[in-house]
Amino acid sequence: MSVALQIEKAARQFGGFAALKGVSLAIEPGELLALLGPSGSGKTTLLRLIAGLDHVDGGRILFDGIDGEALSLRDRRIGMVFQNYALFRHLTVAGNVAFGLKARPRAERPSGAEIERRVRELLDLVQLQGLERRYPSQLSGGQRQRAALARALAIEPRVLLLDEPFGALDAKVRKDLRAWLRELHKRTGHTTVFVTHDQDEALELADRVAILNQGQLEQVGTPDAVYDHPATPFVCGFLGETNRLPVEVRGGQAWIEDRPVYAASQTNLSGRADLYVRPQHLKLDRPDAALLGGVVELVRRHGAIRRAEIAVRGLAKRLDVDIGGGVAPARGERVGLRITKAHLFAAT
Amino acid sequence: MSAASGRIGASSWRERSVLPGFGLSFGILVTALSLIVLIPLAALVLKAASAGPEAIWALASSPRVQAALRLSFGAALLAASINLVFGLLIAWVLVRYDFPGRRFVDAAVDLPFALPTAVAGIALAAIYAPNGWIGSLLAPFGIRIGYTAAGVLVALIFIGLPFVVRTVQPVLAEMEAELEEAAALLGASRWRIIWSVILPPVLPAAMTGFVLAFARAVGEYGSVIFIAGNVPMVSEIAPLLIVIRLEQFDYAGAAVVGVLMLLLSFLLILFFNLLQAGLRRRLGHV
Repeated sequence: MSVALQIEKAARQFGGFAALKGVSLAIEPGELLALLGPSGSGKTTLLRLIAGLDHVDGGRILFDGIDGEALSLRDRRIGMVFQNYALFRHLTVAGNVAFGLKARPRAERPSGAEIERRVRELLDLVQLQGLERRYPSQLSGGQRQRAALARALAIEPRVLLLDEPFGALDAKVRKDLRAWLRELHKRTGHTTVFVTHDQDEALELADRVAILNQGQLEQVGTPDAVYDHPATPFVCGFLGETNRLPVEVRGGQAWIEDRPVYAASQTNLSGRADLYVRPQHLKLDRPDAALLGGVVELVRRHGAIRRAEIAVRGLAKRLDVDIGGGVAPARGERVGLRITKAHLFAAT
Repeated sequence: MSAASGRIGASSWRERSVLPGFGLSFGILVTALSLIVLIPLAALVLKAASAGPEAIWALASSPRVQAALRLSFGAALLAASINLVFGLLIAWVLVRYDFPGRRFVDAAVDLPFALPTAVAGIALAAIYAPNGWIGSLLAPFGIRIGYTAAGVLVALIFIGLPFVVRTVQPVLAEMEAELEEAAALLGASRWRIIWSVILPPVLPAAMTGFVLAFARAVGEYGSVIFIAGNVPMVSEIAPLLIVIRLEQFDYAGAAVVGVLMLLLSFLLILFFNLLQAGLRRRLGHV
């Protein structure tokens, strides 16, 4: 397996605060990787270290095997799209896109006609044809983002970095752009790393997702792998919604008080543990048939699905349960619950 | 675009606006402007006209008046240009770097505004005179600043210094560091970043500061007369000519020189403002 970008134990401190505590990550050529994490998790710090806008306190970042510290910003050839795009307001869209080509040393600089051709090509690629002469202030948010992307692509980057690419856009535009960016990546095949705090975005867009928390890498894997097989409680809680049930593990079973609620056959845990159950993995059952029973406190709509909040004896927090197409239980009704799938972690 | 929408009633002043009170505020504007600017200036022009065409021509074509006008406007332009460069530099240092004493330097920039100009003139004269601290250092090389046209320039630089700094500072402070980072990642050299990323958005504000510094320098009197030596044809500025006429009770003559200055100033400032408007348009909506 070849590696386009190798991050080895990258660490960065700001004052006494360790923003990044030795993160290692290998990114394959042509891969679309999401750095996902809450604010303060170190994802933007890592992105800036890759870009060379900041320097590691420990560890290395290798580009095709070359230490990044040995490369000038120009030689790193990083295409970066900033969160607020950082377009040059005094230049037209065409001027912005051409900037990287015109900034090359004279010997490597393409001719004027060649630059013009490249700019037109890139604007076609990002679907901004006809807007060459506009200034950034005359563009919509989505158009600005695409202009910034074209500008970053102009230098034929080794790695494309996107900082919260959809952060500043409204929900509808965001959805359209996501699909469009996926398509664009498939066509151009740039090694791409993007930072996001939105797990839906990461799961939908990325080939692999790297989940960061408090300066440490929690898990890396395909969207399916990290969603279905979270390695840590944090990943489980951060990717989608989840209910946390404090349980006692003994004899291959997870118990709440005197009721065995989940067969924990594939674990060598014992004693106090936490059972993480997603709302869609809790099924309603007849009250007398199930071992986990409770009272419906509230039913509300949650986008396409309905969700019930159910108070269970022995649990401090109500459980969120997705209700399928069936008849919704009434408020105050007694229901039984069955856990179809769950993740068990040692108690924190 | 934002400027146009903020200017209420500029193009359609008869239409109803969500912000009423155009009539009242416009009335106050015209009254104040008339009382403070337009009527005094009209009186000045009338007084000058009373001298009669021959006298006006004689004054306007007199070598001494022409030399004084040349010095006043030339030195003011040069001083404003020098202040443009140094003002940009000072603003850059004040915005970009944190160093001990930054606040002190920041406050010191405004001193030329606060100081009575006569005090500034005397202080400069004391230092730049041939027997002053700096003047005595330069004297062995045959360089004289005090009591020459160079002295005029030094005084005008001094009094115009704050303008460019203060107009450029907020624009620089607002500029995102990300613009420079983006340019650096795109492969731009340090020079290219300064030249084509940082300077263009700052230019309109710098131009405003330049015009203000220039306008201030043209009219400056107090500080200049102490350091210039006021030698006719060499280091005599136009405002001093006006004062000399006044002391000789030649009010019409003083008014004529005043009108000449007014005309030249107006034309130059108009030119600079047009230049600046063009600059803003060319640099896009910055």
